[in-house]
Amino acid sequence: MVDFDRANQTAVQRMVSSRPILKGVARARDVIPGMNDNLLLHAGPPITWERASGPMRGAIVGAILFEGLAGDWDGARALVTSGEVRLEPCHHHQAVGPMAGVTSASMAVYVVENETHGNTAYSNLNEGYGKVLRYGAYSQEVLEKLRWMNSTMGPILAQALEQSENGIDIRALLSESLHMGDEGHNRNKAGSFIYTSRLSPLIAATDAPDGEKASVLQFLADNALSVLNPVMAGCKAMCDAAHGVEGSTIVTTMARNGTDFGMRVSGLGDRWFTGPVGQPDGLYFPGYTAEDASGDIGDSTITETAGIGAFAMAAAPAIVSFISGSAQDALNATLEMYEITETEHDHFTIPFLDFRGSPTGIDIRKVVELGITPRINTGIAHKEAGVGQVGAGLVRPPISIFEEALVAFGESYL
Amino acid sequence: MSLTCSEVRRGAYFDSVVLMQLQRALAELPGVEDAGVVMATAANLDLLAASDLLTDEARGAGADDLLIAVRAEDELQATAALEQVDALLKQRRSRASRSFQPRSLPSAIKTLPQADWVLISVPGRYAAGVAREALEHGKHTFLYSDNVDMKDEIELKDLAHEKGLLLMGPDCGTAIINGVGLGFANRTRRGSIGLVAASGTGLQAISSYIHNQGAGISQAIGTGGRDLSPEVGGMTSMQAMDLLGRDPQTKAIVLVSKPPAAKVATRVLAAARAVDKPVVVYFMGQPVTARRIGNVLFAINLLDAAELAVGVVGNGEPEVEQGSSFADLASKCVRGLFSGGTLAYEVMLGLQNQISPMFSNVPLREEQRLANPLRSQGHAILDLGADEFTQGRLHPMMDNTLRLRRLRQEAADPDVGLIVLDVVLGEGAHADPASELAPVVTEVIGDHDVDVAIFLVGTEDDPQDLARQKKQLEKAGARLFDSTVDLVAAIAKSAAPNSGTGKMPAVSLETFRQPLAAINVGLESFYDSLTSQEVEAVHVSWRPPAGGNEKMMALLAKLKSS
Repeated sequence: MVDFDRANQTAVQRMVSSRPILKGVARARDVIPGMNDNLLLHAGPPITWERASGPMRGAIVGAILFEGLAGDWDGARALVTSGEVRLEPCHHHQAVGPMAGVTSASMAVYVVENETHGNTAYSNLNEGYGKVLRYGAYSQEVLEKLRWMNSTMGPILAQALEQSENGIDIRALLSESLHMGDEGHNRNKAGSFIYTSRLSPLIAATDAPDGEKASVLQFLADNALSVLNPVMAGCKAMCDAAHGVEGSTIVTTMARNGTDFGMRVSGLGDRWFTGPVGQPDGLYFPGYTAEDASGDIGDSTITETAGIGAFAMAAAPAIVSFISGSAQDALNATLEMYEITETEHDHFTIPFLDFRGSPTGIDIRKVVELGITPRINTGIAHKEAGVGQVGAGLVRPPISIFEEALVAFGESYL
Repeated sequence: MSLTCSEVRRGAYFDSVVLMQLQRALAELPGVEDAGVVMATAANLDLLAASDLLTDEARGAGADDLLIAVRAEDELQATAALEQVDALLKQRRSRASRSFQPRSLPSAIKTLPQADWVLISVPGRYAAGVAREALEHGKHTFLYSDNVDMKDEIELKDLAHEKGLLLMGPDCGTAIINGVGLGFANRTRRGSIGLVAASGTGLQAISSYIHNQGAGISQAIGTGGRDLSPEVGGMTSMQAMDLLGRDPQTKAIVLVSKPPAAKVATRVLAAARAVDKPVVVYFMGQPVTARRIGNVLFAINLLDAAELAVGVVGNGEPEVEQGSSFADLASKCVRGLFSGGTLAYEVMLGLQNQISPMFSNVPLREEQRLANPLRSQGHAILDLGADEFTQGRLHPMMDNTLRLRRLRQEAADPDVGLIVLDVVLGEGAHADPASELAPVVTEVIGDHDVDVAIFLVGTEDDPQDLARQKKQLEKAGARLFDSTVDLVAAIAKSAAPNSGTGKMPAVSLETFRQPLAAINVGLESFYDSLTSQEVEAVHVSWRPPAGGNEKMMALLAKLKSS
């Protein structure tokens, strides 16, 4: 019989020892395995147009317009419903994307290599705030920004990273930003500053016109989420390394598509366990309430899967108001996650807990036994396509998917 | 007609989430329709405009200014809301949060690694699982929960034993460790009397009596009500006795229980005798045939138990009486050949907790009945004056024929180490029993590896001449006793030594040398009680595993690695 504890130790060891390095920026179609012009990648487990949420539909339409495959909403919808344009999870292609996570073949993507275990992960570039594709906005202004990102920012970042000797060590960046008040999911302010400062000399050394370099630097510096996407790809690289360990009950994927919450487990192959997404409990921007919120969405839960985000909440007291409380509540959030995790991270440490490693490697057995589901920090999207972010808060996956996974695990191994 | 009021605070920076929270609090105030609290960036001004929250005053604000806007039913309510801003900001800051309560034992142990003790008071069906986890983490366990299966109790106690840990309970209501009361316990001063109790209120009563008489408690260890049952075999009592025997703070030990099974009582009393200090034993409801056997004192009630203990520790270093004893009876049996039924009965009462198994043709309990009175087995006490022996012959007080034959028969049995006879003098009895018995006593002692003890009943005025009878029997090699108490004491001292704890590691005294620290799983009142006694403690916010879902619990049990 398989020694489940040992299998879990192996899985988390692979996760924790992973060293993801941001190596470059490239076109999705050139680097992402299985990517093609009639394929759109999206956040979360598999979804159809019929079941897709407002922001997911908006982002799908936006990406089709961006690629020039159709001219309007109806045309784009027809392509998807007829199957001419297919939808597949980013996670099926070693990729992740925040919120709707929609990635098309022409888009520039980050390439992150796991130096320890040799696997690679990808993520699109962060669009900043306001009207953005990831929240389902697809207006001209949104597409304009995407084009600028693709034609100006992407090539400059690609050239900058090419000049870099070793790329940018995402694990080291996170270790540092966790000591500067980030938790790596909802707060990436410090990480984005570090990221921008690492990139600045590299960007300055490119042969792009000064005006363009300045605009890229301004864009990176203005966006406190600049580093979120490379961080997510880094977390994906860590989690993929822990996937596929025989007999392991460690969670290696958590992702939402706005309709379903999906999870995959190291020892259970590529099977998704899905249940309805929750409604985040959070704080709303002026003029919005919970009524306006879309169901939980995005692949950014890969951060919690890898032991940061809400799991490292104790490192980010500045954003504890999202969990409606004091610094003590931030501490409690992290302490609670130790209950359901296999290990404490060697590299992600929390100063306020005497540099204890962040809780890492969710064990579905512990989740079911204690009835404690993972905490997830998340942005909240408006339920209608194109409105954008309306708040931020805390959400948890349904316990049912952990129970289902446990039953499936029993069927596979007992 | 609603009205929007706003306030601009120049150069006041707050994190956006603080602002969102303030905004929510404002929106909840009476009469307020909507509120916006933002840093006045151009984007945020647009947002406010879209929500009809932008005033002319606000239009002039800049990105470094805090803008608070409230739309209310009338001006009064809008201004009232704005006046609340500072109070709301302050309230946010002062709201205290409760510190984290671990949800599982492993995480509680990480929180308080120095805790040696775990108190468990979860519902019975879950208790064994939690106790097993505690023991596996090397913790002494106070198991208050009842309704724990006997099978689980035995497994848990075996595990505790194996690991040199104490498992008090299940159904253990009280204990006092290092001066700290666990569960239900009275506040007693620390002192030199150690308690071992299979009875919660018994322990409470005795410890209170001891305190009220001016003495104090070193440690009080509960064992759980079933510890002295034949199935459990007194495992915790034996460990506790051994532990307190080694504890330098403990000068005397009190053992309290309902009457135990004979086999268990034998083991426990053997453990008590093995201790190098006085042990007061109170088996409730069981007749006391001697007040004292060696270092073991027998109490007749709870108060008496307390008084005996206080007495022995009060008299300075208590003397341990050196009475007579026989060659080691550890591997040999006692056979009694009595002519007097009552004498046989009293000896059996005295020996019932000292040696086992014990059989008789006139047993105390039916399971002790000899299958065949003509053939002894184990320890056997025979009344040769009973009907089955006297049919067709004279009573053994007059005729020694049968006893002499049986004496030779028993002596020839290689299992036998001691033969006990009574000799009853007086009117009507045999004129000179010693003259017939003495030669055979000499013969069997010479031929076999046995002792002979004789309990002589008579007076110096009896016709047989008590002194001469005694002298003759002693000369023959017999050991003479003039009361059953001394006889029983001598046998008890020679009986099997305590073999109960076997090769298992002893419970370390280390836990008594440091301040108590404990983890509480279950009743929060036990945690409160610990903290009020200034004990470092962690409370586990325990819930049934898998929410009590049987299917999931069964699956989880199978998915734990072996």
